[in-house]
Amino acid sequence: MTLWAGGAVAALLGLLTLGTLAAVALRAGGSVLLSVADLSALRFTLEQAALSAALSVSLAVPVARALARRRFPGRRWLVALMGAPFLLPVIVAVFGLLALFGRHGLLNAGLALLGLPGVSIYGLHGVVLAHVFFNLPLAVRLLLQGWRAIPAERFRLAAALGFSPADVARLIERPMLRAVLPGATLAIFLVCLTSFAVALTLGGGPAATTVELAIYQAFRFDFDLGRAALLAGIQFVLCGGATLIAFRVGLPATEAPGLDRPVERWDAGAPLLRLQDAVLITLAALFLMIPLGLVAVDGVPGLLALPAPVWLSALRSLGVAVASSALCGGMALALALARTASGRAAFDLAGMLPLVASPLVLGTGLFLLVNPVADPAFWALPVTALVNAAMALPFALRALQPALDRIEATHGRLADSLGLTGWARLRLLILPRLRGPLGFALGLAAALSMGDLGVIAIFAGPGGATLPLQVYRLMGAYRMAQASGAALLLLGLSLGLFWLFDRGGRGDADA
Amino acid sequence: MKVSLIAAGFCALASFAQAETPTLTIYTYDSFIADWGPGPAVKKAFEPICHCTLNFVGTGDGAALLSRIKLEGARTKADVVLGLDTSLTADAEATGLFAPHGTLPKMDLPVAWTDPDFVPFDWGWFAFVYDKTKVPVPPTSFTELAKTDLKVVIEDPRSSTPGLGLLYWVKDAYGDKAGEVWKSLAHNILTVTPSWDEAYGLFTKGEADMVLSYTTSPAYHLIEEKDATKAAAMFTEGHYMQVEVAAKLKASPNQALADQFLAFMLTDAFQSVIPETNWMYPAVTPKDGLPDGFDMYRPTKSLLYSADEAKTLRDGALAEWQAALSK
Repeated sequence: MTLWAGGAVAALLGLLTLGTLAAVALRAGGSVLLSVADLSALRFTLEQAALSAALSVSLAVPVARALARRRFPGRRWLVALMGAPFLLPVIVAVFGLLALFGRHGLLNAGLALLGLPGVSIYGLHGVVLAHVFFNLPLAVRLLLQGWRAIPAERFRLAAALGFSPADVARLIERPMLRAVLPGATLAIFLVCLTSFAVALTLGGGPAATTVELAIYQAFRFDFDLGRAALLAGIQFVLCGGATLIAFRVGLPATEAPGLDRPVERWDAGAPLLRLQDAVLITLAALFLMIPLGLVAVDGVPGLLALPAPVWLSALRSLGVAVASSALCGGMALALALARTASGRAAFDLAGMLPLVASPLVLGTGLFLLVNPVADPAFWALPVTALVNAAMALPFALRALQPALDRIEATHGRLADSLGLTGWARLRLLILPRLRGPLGFALGLAAALSMGDLGVIAIFAGPGGATLPLQVYRLMGAYRMAQASGAALLLLGLSLGLFWLFDRGGRGDADA
Repeated sequence: MKVSLIAAGFCALASFAQAETPTLTIYTYDSFIADWGPGPAVKKAFEPICHCTLNFVGTGDGAALLSRIKLEGARTKADVVLGLDTSLTADAEATGLFAPHGTLPKMDLPVAWTDPDFVPFDWGWFAFVYDKTKVPVPPTSFTELAKTDLKVVIEDPRSSTPGLGLLYWVKDAYGDKAGEVWKSLAHNILTVTPSWDEAYGLFTKGEADMVLSYTTSPAYHLIEEKDATKAAAMFTEGHYMQVEVAAKLKASPNQALADQFLAFMLTDAFQSVIPETNWMYPAVTPKDGLPDGFDMYRPTKSLLYSADEAKTLRDGALAEWQAALSK
């Protein structure tokens, strides 16, 4: 039963990603070759994705550790707000970054005041900076889930044994990271692999061409479906390779049950350690919050002058987000349960597929599949909800899978001996203990679905515009102030949704 | 069960409504049908005349519009496609899906119009737009621009029609020397964006000194924002044009209605909406003339390749551009 549900979800994901790719490839026919430009695009894509993932994760570890062992007023808000960069329409986040790091941004203004030469954000370093801005918060959140999962008893035992912070890191934290880091790194690497607008805009020129842009060009200007499908296929192969490596490196954490006591960190009391954590948290908060603050300030005037259709789009987007979140939660749970029950990596792989699917190929392929049987415009919003759910699934899985494995490792034998199976096991054992990660996953899915433009453009009918689409429409009509206002609205709604779901999942627990 | 009954009833009703009034389906780019675009006004003006329902379908931008038609092929539901431009028409023509237009009225285009299928509905000149308070002395040509340290943001010709327009502009003005001109401009190019929206956004946020846009862009700021600081730099090489066109599909079952729409497109009711919604020059100047600000910039020389020339030159010009800027 578990395997059936998981298998059905995996099949759906396969259809959405590989199936749409096949639809495009079949439509094209014939054979194609890669050009020299494609190869250099491939090299640049891999380079920036690897750098971005490595940097995001290595910065996230100390920040997440600092957040995990400190309690301070506003911590909960800080953690919630950290999700924001990931949720913004790409171009709005880029504007926020430029207000800080751009030619006339705060940083260069400060340097000029000090009589120092300015710095330019444009180039590979700018692309990586932007990707770290987007993904560092995600990595921190995923790692925090890992820290939360360490039973309080371990820290109690560590304190009783007189562990130093270094001992805690070696014996408690490192094994946890070994289990969580590969998946998180992989997810970010794959997100950056399909980056397109950020890479081009901050890359400073055609040298910063990614594979996704090459796909875009193949579609839009050459209408060379074969080449588009080939390039998208290469992305899938890269994804598969990276996923296999990540699974080789990753080790499942050895689990011992805990009693869900509140975590007390006796090891983190030293003043120097407090100072170090304070500095880390402050720096991360500044790096993430200043650009967001500038986006917000920029958006306030426009927010008051938003035309009525934009508010309607906001409602529409909220509906899509909630539907998509429910879909994503259900699919992620089914996949994770099947993975835990069967131990088959195929379910992991299926869950990663949406990350590397080129949105353009996916949209076009779906269009080719839907168009002969139904009116695409009529199905625009349901398709958007489904695709967004699939796109958020890999992140939801990263939160759910480790938690579920842990539940089975710690309580599975007891449940087995009690004959607790099927629905009862899900209702009495798994869901209550999965509440936190599930809330986080649902919130993330809802928020991602609010922000993602995804495939809606090719399906959009008259009047079916979602909020991100309206942001672009406003920008396209010179209405930059209103676009900033609409972006602020989008940011607020995404964060609100995320906060609601995440809060619901946490109950009274603080983390 | 109840829901499906309601749905069935709704569908039946909808098909009754359809049987009474014919529907004309027009594929267009997304910003045309935005609530602040020309679409709503055009629909309101045309429906009482044609006694039909005008159904606009948005498909992203102009290039996406053509991809969509190619994807759907002869089975497309579109009766009319509106919003391709002259860099795309040769490709569109080659699909064999479009039908010739009838005789056209006298139009106000700076170039002669001979295309048998596509009917222009608006046009504009590409230009670099700048802020007079920040750039007191604008460059007067590409070569002058190359001598300055001004930072411009341009659109990528591989993903954006203005970007492609700039490619043709330099090619048309400099021919075989286009590659060298791009090399000399490399230090001016702050960055390349996927589409016009991002580029113009970077400019209005103060990140770039100049942006590739249209000579009519300053008119938007003047009319809508009462802001007279934005200006278009006039280049001695002349200015490349963008002409936006529409055409009907051969396979459309609504040939007469499609013809009626294309004729309506060049009348005052349609054309007078264009300047202040699409911010382009109408193909036929309305009888009340153009809004203020539309006469600020009149390049003395207009550049435009024929559809076939544009198609032949594209890949070579793109390679030159890429080679010059990929360092």
